[in-house]
This record gives sequence, C-alpha cells and structure tokens, in this order.
Amino acid sequence: MMRVALKGLAGRKLRSGLTAVAIILGVAMVSGTYILTDTIENGFGAVATQAYKSSDAVISPKTGFGDEQTGAGGFPAAVLDGVRRVPAVRAAAGSIVDEARLIDRGGDVLGGGSAPPLAFGIDPRGDESLTPLQVTDGELPARSGEIAIGKATAQDEGYAIGDTIEVATSGPSRNFRIVGLAELGGVGSLGGSTIAVFELRTAQSLFDKQGKLDLVRVAGDDGVTPGELLSAMSAQLPPTVQLRTGEAQAAAETDESSENLELVNYFLLAFGAIALFVGSFVIANTLSITIAQRTRELATLRTLGASRRQVLISIVVESLVVGLLASIAGLLLGLGLAQGLNALLVGVGIDLPSSGTVFATRTVIVSLLVGVIITLLASIRPAVRATRVPPIAAVRDGAVLPPSRLERHGPATALLVLALAVAALLLGTVAGGLATGSRLLLCGVGAILLFVGIALVAPRVVKPLASVLGWPATRIGGFAGRLARANSTRNPSRTASTAAALMIGLTLVTFVAILGQGLRGTFVDSVDELFVADYALTAESGFAALPPEIEQAAAATPGVQLVSAVRSGSAKLGAEDVDVSAVDRRIGDAMQIDWHRGSDAVAAQLGRDGAFVTHDWAQEHDLSVGSPLQIATPTGKTLRLTVRGIWREPKGGSPFGELAISHAAFADGFPRPRNDLTFVNMDGGVSAASSAALERGLDGFPHAKVQTGEEFKDAQVAQFAQMLNVLYVLLALSVIVSLFGIVNTLVLTVFERTRELGMLRAVGMSRRQVRRMIRHESIITALLGATLGILAGVLLAALVSQALADEGVAFAIPYGSLVAFLVAAVIVGLLAAILPARRAARLNVLRALQYE
Amino acid sequence: MHFSTAAQAVDVQDEQPRVRVAARDITRRYGSGENAVDALRGVSLSIVEGELVAVMGPSGSGKSTLMHLLAGLDTPTGGEIWIDSTQIGALGDSALTELRRRHVGFIFQFFNLLPMLTAEENIRLSLDLAGERGDHDWVEELITRVGLGDRRRHRPAELSGGQQQRVAVARALVSRPTVVFADEPTGNLDSKTSAEILELLRQAVDEYGQTTVMVTHDPTAAAIADRILFLADGQIVKQLGRSTAADVIAALEEVSRS
Ligand SMILES: Nc1ncnc2c1ncn2[C@@H]1O[C@H](COP(=O)(O)OP(=O)(O)OP(=O)(O)O)[C@@H](O)[C@H]1O
Ligand SMILES: [Mg+2]
Repeated sequence: MMRVALKGLAGRKLRSGLTAVAIILGVAMVSGTYILTDTIENGFGAVATQAYKSSDAVISPKTGFGDEQTGAGGFPAAVLDGVRRVPAVRAAAGSIVDEARLIDRGGDVLGGGSAPPLAFGIDPRGDESLTPLQVTDGELPARSGEIAIGKATAQDEGYAIGDTIEVATSGPSRNFRIVGLAELGGVGSLGGSTIAVFELRTAQSLFDKQGKLDLVRVAGDDGVTPGELLSAMSAQLPPTVQLRTGEAQAAAETDESSENLELVNYFLLAFGAIALFVGSFVIANTLSITIAQRTRELATLRTLGASRRQVLISIVVESLVVGLLASIAGLLLGLGLAQGLNALLVGVGIDLPSSGTVFATRTVIVSLLVGVIITLLASIRPAVRATRVPPIAAVRDGAVLPPSRLERHGPATALLVLALAVAALLLGTVAGGLATGSRLLLCGVGAILLFVGIALVAPRVVKPLASVLGWPATRIGGFAGRLARANSTRNPSRTASTAAALMIGLTLVTFVAILGQGLRGTFVDSVDELFVADYALTAESGFAALPPEIEQAAAATPGVQLVSAVRSGSAKLGAEDVDVSAVDRRIGDAMQIDWHRGSDAVAAQLGRDGAFVTHDWAQEHDLSVGSPLQIATPTGKTLRLTVRGIWREPKGGSPFGELAISHAAFADGFPRPRNDLTFVNMDGGVSAASSAALERGLDGFPHAKVQTGEEFKDAQVAQFAQMLNVLYVLLALSVIVSLFGIVNTLVLTVFERTRELGMLRAVGMSRRQVRRMIRHESIITALLGATLGILAGVLLAALVSQALADEGVAFAIPYGSLVAFLVAAVIVGLLAAILPARRAARLNVLRALQYE
Repeated sequence: MHFSTAAQAVDVQDEQPRVRVAARDITRRYGSGENAVDALRGVSLSIVEGELVAVMGPSGSGKSTLMHLLAGLDTPTGGEIWIDSTQIGALGDSALTELRRRHVGFIFQFFNLLPMLTAEENIRLSLDLAGERGDHDWVEELITRVGLGDRRRHRPAELSGGQQQRVAVARALVSRPTVVFADEPTGNLDSKTSAEILELLRQAVDEYGQTTVMVTHDPTAAAIADRILFLADGQIVKQLGRSTAADVIAALEEVSRS
C-alpha cells in the first residue's frame, strides 16, 4: 500500500509539485524570517562582542533603564585614574561612544535608516588591545581635526587617507582629515551604520563631554579572573557607574537590540502563518479533487482487499512526503526570502547590521515541523473521505463519493461556525472589559472561524455569484466565456474552496485598506490640526533626530520669529512606561494644542517641575491640575512634577508623549537631548525667500531638512502610506499561494475534462477558444474569491473600526482600493490560467477522445 | 460502383453525384522501429454526396483510425485526403478547426455532451463556437426531428442514453456539415434505442442528403448503409452495397477468416 502511495505520487508530479508550492511559500516565509532576524541579531551580537572582546571588565554609566549603549551622558574621567591604581588592573582605557554623521561631498548624510552612525573617541596612547576597532590603513587620530572612518564607507564612497570629510555631531558640522581606516572586525555588514573615530579629547569636546568618559575598558593582570578583577575594582568606583565583565556588557547590549528584533520577528512570522493557513486550504482542496478523480482507482484497491485504514494511510503518507519535501524546499527558499525581507526593511529605513547568514537548528526544526504538520492537518479530511469510497465504485461508471457527514449537516455546521465567528469577533471588538491580549486572541480566532465558515457556506453562493461575476466573461469571451461561466458552477464546492484560499488574502488586504484609510483620515486630520508652524526641521533620515544646537543656528537666521523644539524620551511612572516630551515656552505658536485645562500660557510656566498631560492619561491616572507626579528617568534620577495643564490629544495621535515637561526639566533627567521636531516661524510666513534664508542659516547642519509646514505634513502622511505598503507586500505572499491554488485546481480540472475538451475540439473549438475558456473560468474563480474576501474584509473592518471608534478610527470604504483589488484578482486569475490553459489547448484531440 | 480514385472523382464530378470525401492510398503507422504498428496500409476510397457508408471489421482492423484521418483529427503517414476539394493534409490547426466547425459533424459512442449545457445548447454548440446565430428554423426542425421538443431545457444528466445520443445526432447535423462521422454510435445503447438512432441517421441521409460515415460492429446498424466497407488488417478487403443483416454477418465471417 505504501508503494502504491509513493508510485501514485511519482505519477502525479505536476499536481504534487503545485500542491507543494502552497507549503513552500509559507515555510519559506517562516524560515526566511528566522534567518533574517537571527542574522541581524548575530550582527548586533558580533558588534557588541567585538567591542568588548579583549576587555576583562567594562565600566559604563549606571542607567535607570534602557538606552544601554550610549549611556547617560558619561561619568567623570577621574574614574579611569582610580581604576588604573587597582593592583590587579594591567591596563585600562577610557573612551567616548556617541553618534556622528558623515556627510558626503554632495552634502548628503552617509549610511542611513535607523542604524546609529557610530562615533568613538579613543585615546591613541591607550592600550591597543583595548580598542574595539582594527585599524586597517593609516593610524588612529592623534590630534584634533583628524578622523578615522569605516573602511567599508571609505571604499563605497571613494574616500582615502588624506581626504577631508565633513562630520556632523551635535553642533554645526566640521571638516576632518582622514588619517586612518578602521573596521569592527568580525562584523559582516554594519547595515546603515557608519564609523567615525576621533582622538579622545577631540571627542570629549565634540560631544560636550569634557572631563567625562562613556566607557572604560579594563584588562586584568595575567592570572586574575574577571570575577577577582571585578571585586578588586568595585571598591574604587562611584555608585553612578556600572561594572560588568566584557561578556556581560556585550550580552546586555545585545539583549536590548534583541527585544526590538523580537517584535520584527513576530510581525513577519504572522504573515508566514497567514500564508500557511491559505496553503492549508490549497492542499485540502487539491487533495479532495485528486481523491475524487481517483475514486475508481481507490475502489479497485478496496475490491482487491485494501482496508479503509490502508487507504487512509496511503493518502496520509502521500501528503507527508509532499509536506516534507515542500518544507525542505521552503526552508532553503527562506535563505533567499530573508534577503528580500531585509530589502523591504531597508526600504522603510530599517537598515540593520548583519554578520554571516545564520541558519539555526531552530529554524530547520520549526520550518519542517510547521510545514509537515500543516500538510498533515490539511490532508485529514480528504483522506477520511477517501476511506468512504465503496468497493462497488470500481465497477460503476461515474460513481460519486457518498456525501460526508459534514456535507450532510453542511448548512447547520456552516451557520454554527459563522455564528461562533461573529460572536468571537464581537466579543473581541465591541464588548468591554477585556485585556488587549484576549481581545486580539478573540479577533484572531474569530477571523479564522469566519474564513472557515465562509468557506463552508461558499459552495451555496457560488452559483448565484458566478452568474453575476461571470457576466463580463460572457460579454468579452463570447461562447468560450459562457462555457467558462457554466464550468465554474459545475462543481460548486471545488470552485468555492479554490476561491476561499484567495478570499483569505483579500479579506486581510481589504481589512488593512479600510482600517488604513480610517486611520489615515484621523491621522491626516490630526497632522492638519496640530502643526501650524511655517517650517519644520527634521533629520534627513526618517527616524533620526537633530542636535539641539540647531535651534541657535535657526534663531540666528534673519527673519526667524520663533524656534520651538520638541524632544522626547522615555521614563517610568512606577512600573509603567511613560513617553515624555520636552517643549519650550512658545510651543503654542508652533503647534495648536487643544487645552482641556489651561492654555498656551501653561507651556511658558512649566519651570523645572511643571508638566502637562493628555486628557486620556490624566483620566486613567486620576490626575487633575495640581496633582503631583513622580517619574524615574533613564539617568536614574527622579523628577518630581506637578500637573499644570491637561490637553486633548487629537485622535490620530501626536508627536507628544503622555507627559510634557520643559526643556530645562528634561535636561535634568534625560541624557543627550535631541530634537525630534524643530519648528520655525518666519516673518512673512512661508515663501521662497524664507525657505532660502533658512537653508542658508542651517548650512552647518547638512543632515537637517527644511520643510514647509505643508511639506512636513505630506511627509508624515507619506510615512504612514509606506507602512501600509509594507503590509500589502507581505500579504501578497498569501495571495500568491492562493494563485497556485487556482493553478492547481485548473490543472486538475483540465485533466478531468480531457475527453470533453477533445470533443469540443472535435466539434470545432479552436485552441484560442480553449485557452479563453480556461482563462475566464480562472478569472471567475478569482473574482469569486475577491468578492467574498472584500465582503469579509469590509465586515471585519467595520467591527474593528467600531471597536476603535473611541480612538477616532472612522469607518470609510476606500472604493478606489477595492476596485484595484478586483483588478488585482483578475490579474491573479489571468496568471493562474497561463499554464492550465496552455495544457488544455495543447491536448491531442485524438488522445483526448480515446482517453478513459 | 463508386470505388474510384480521387483524381477520377474530381474529374467526373459533373456527371456523377459529387464526391464529398476522398482518400488516396492512405497509410498510418503508430510508433517506430520494432514496436511500429501499421494501423492502415493503403486505403483509397471516395464517398459521394448523400451516401451513408458503414465501416466494419474486426477489432483493431483500423476503423477508428480511418475515421479519425478522414475527419482531420489525425494526420496520415502517407497518402492524401480531400473533404470537398480541400486537401486536408496541408491544413494547420486553425484551418482544421474551421473545417471541423463547418464541414464535419461527429457522433461519439459515449455521447460526449457537455453536462452543464441544456439539450438545446448542446445542439447549438458548434454554431456557438463559430459565433454564428445559425438558421433558427433549421435548429427548431432538428430539435423536433430528434424528438426533443419537450426536453430542450434539460441537461444531459436528466436525459436517457438514447435521448443523449439524439442530442448528439442533432449536434452533428446542426452546421449542415459536408460529412458526419459516427464511431459506433449505437455501441452504448440497447437494441430498441439503437434502432431509433439508426432510423434518425437514415432519415438525415434521405431527407437532408447528409453524407455520413459510420463505424460499427453491429450488423443491424450496417444494414441501413448504402455501402459497407470491410476493413481487415488496415486494408479494405471487401465492399457490399445495401445489404441485410444476415448478408453482413456472412461477409464479416468471411473477412475475419481470411
Ligand atoms: N495511438 C496509438 N498508438 C499505437 N497504436 C495504435 C494507436 N491507436 C490505434 N493503434 C493500433 O492501430 C490498430 C487499429 O486501431 P483502431 O483503433 O483503428 O481499431 P478499430 O478497428 O477501431 O478497433 P475497435 O473495433 O476495437 O475499435 C490497432 O492495432 C491499435 O492497437
Ligand atoms: Mg474503434
């Protein structure tokens, strides 16, 4: 029986291959995600490991929480002297770690994305083994005015030793002479990061850290264990610093990056899961068709004495083999997909370091398991149906399978599933009093049930729907189109389950489009409402911030009336995270704040202990004007604040955190203040002259971008649109899987209708007409899937918008997008039909007629 | 005696009934080398307008092969075939498609109706494929003639075997083809239904002058033919004019013995 199963598989290569594609893509997404995130994590790890490789101990500033690497503005350089006096210490080197942007000859910032532009201040007289960098050419800078840059950057951008390069740090940019090229050994690619190395003293003044250090690397005497070294040193150190072994320091820095990566990981895996879910529909459908076509064969096996169990096992073994082979293929395809995903991330400005592709055992195990299990699950129903083939079917012509139990109770089951789906969705969205986690879970379960429910109901709606959706086919395709429409309803459950696979993808796409439109609407409103300044200054690369010094430069520009900056950081209120913004006295002139309590005057009177908070947050925490507040900052300080005003944040969000304080208070508790946004108002408002004046005034800040209020708003909205596009790209994967589902069904159908196609050709159907007929059948199926998907998507989006109505999410149907999706479905149908149509047209008429 | 070469047939066209189908020395070899099978080994024939020709012979004698070649479904290894004055060996796929639409009708043993179309739609199939409206009265007449007036909206699954084959007969006649080919049209029917179908075929010849070639194993079926060709081992070994079933049986025995 096993041999029969495997022989059958070999005899149905094309079909098995197409079935496999459904699994391959989903598994590739899973393995690609793991490979990508592992590789990036390894890159981070390599950066950190490399940085502390030769250090037995590392001293860094003690942080309250978060922001490990860049510390909290350093610690007194005297710490280094103290450490050097410890007998067990062989050598110690102090360094500065910060950020500096390299500016190319055209005035653009090198590197990019959210990856930090690394800057190091290194004592050239320090112990060489304690440098994280390897100097490949030239030497380390020994004087102010000198710099060493990353070798990769130098090669890519054509810089050599002796050239000058412009560097932007906190103040206006300056030129440095390149004296050396360096690299962080063991790191494959730094992603969007660049390297700039300065002499220690230069760095201290560049970064405003005179007399301070960010890091001290320590090497112990031979024979001293890191543990002994640590205990020997700890007595010497002030409580504001942190002492760790090199390894522990590397691990701490890696952990921080890993947390963010984990989010990316889950996000991408979710799309792999969706693709696999769609794939399971495709597999179940393909198997059902194959089994229906093999009724005679299976029945013959039964008459020859095969037991039900044997039939079941033969089908399951067949799927197992397909699932395993497909999973292996998917695993390998993941290697390529990882690159594609990385390109996608880079596209949205997330350019992360990496180091040698990581193909972890976990990736292999999870991918194979997931692929095989999904295939097996999908094969259960068809396999059980196969066991119901009665032996008598061997001798009866055109015997059909007895209806399955599920089919007999079809309508009832379908309604039950749909009712459960709606109940779960309602509970998850509209009902109150549930944690976000359980809400999401309910929505997820609800959506899956909804898909299954619709797939169960679908056979019943195929006929009426296809007669409507097939109308264009009959107009465009002539008689072939009419035949196509008739064909699409010949086996409603087959058409329905083929369409269902596409439906899932389109439901999600529609959902994203509608919610996106709703969110976009409120977002645009908020942006419009909030930003009233003439100009906004932002960093050239999306996620980065500007140094506060830009305010002086802007203020010194002729014609500037107002400069107002927003900074931000993260603090803790008890155990809870709170986003803190820093504003200046005249923020009310740059942004329109909708005051619930207080007025624009509040901003001017914040002082060192005033704060204003959002209305929602105030309610949540029972705050009113005058309420005291205590937050812990990243530097480990506690800020005691008093609520001075309450404002209503626009529903589409704002650049403000829950809590806003003055720049002065911010400087007390937060390291390295950076301007997220800097607003400028000019005499005479926005004009070409104003723009030119500002550009000129900010010459020293080549990484700053001058945008008019309108440009700024557009850019904000564009960023939003870009995120939507990423979602579309990722969902496209599941649509592609369903495309293969259609190909599969059509190929099987063509095979099944061989004789009929032969007759049609014999009575005068042309090859073109055959192709047209298949093509239209494919399009009708795709449109069916699209229609069901769009309807389900609208329903889901309506429910979720309802649930989010308080957040200002409006429910609006983006008709344009929906039409685009229908067009996309037609294209999917066209693509899916290419292979089957060609096969059908190529049928040898004679052979087809003789075929049994 | 209508047994003549095609060349003669074209020459003498004016004096005699028009030759509708002609074949000269056709051969068909399947496969090559040791496994080669010569299904036809030099067959020549001509069939005139309004003639009903039956082709008989033992299983494997090449009947179906001959019919497929005459209908342009297959290409001969050697020899030439004409339908009307078109030599079909030279035609490409689209010309052959066109030929099948307008000049050839088919009746199959297994009916081969489209299950999702009604009886009437099945009958109109080749007109619809050609994108023609067709002669409405003619279609009506055919539907009535084959006795399906009250069943025209039924689908094949709702029709008996005999009724399905009537639909197939009407479908073959609808384009008024030059020639109708029927491969064992009664092979799948009981004797009473067979008789009805044969009656229909004969009527089509008599009333509409429909040239018809029918492959059959059934001596009763052959008995309605104007002429019976006997094939054995890929060659025409015997011909009979109008014969009774008994004559046919005798001839068959003679053919299979040799
Ligand atoms: N596609 C093919 N490949 C190889 N040999 C073939 C093929 N088709 C037919 N033959 C052979 O050609 C010969 C004639 O076959 P054909 O189908 O014409 O016989 P037939 O007279 O119609 O028989 P039957 O009465 O059984 O239908 C047979 O020996 C058959 O095996
Ligand atoms: Mg035959």
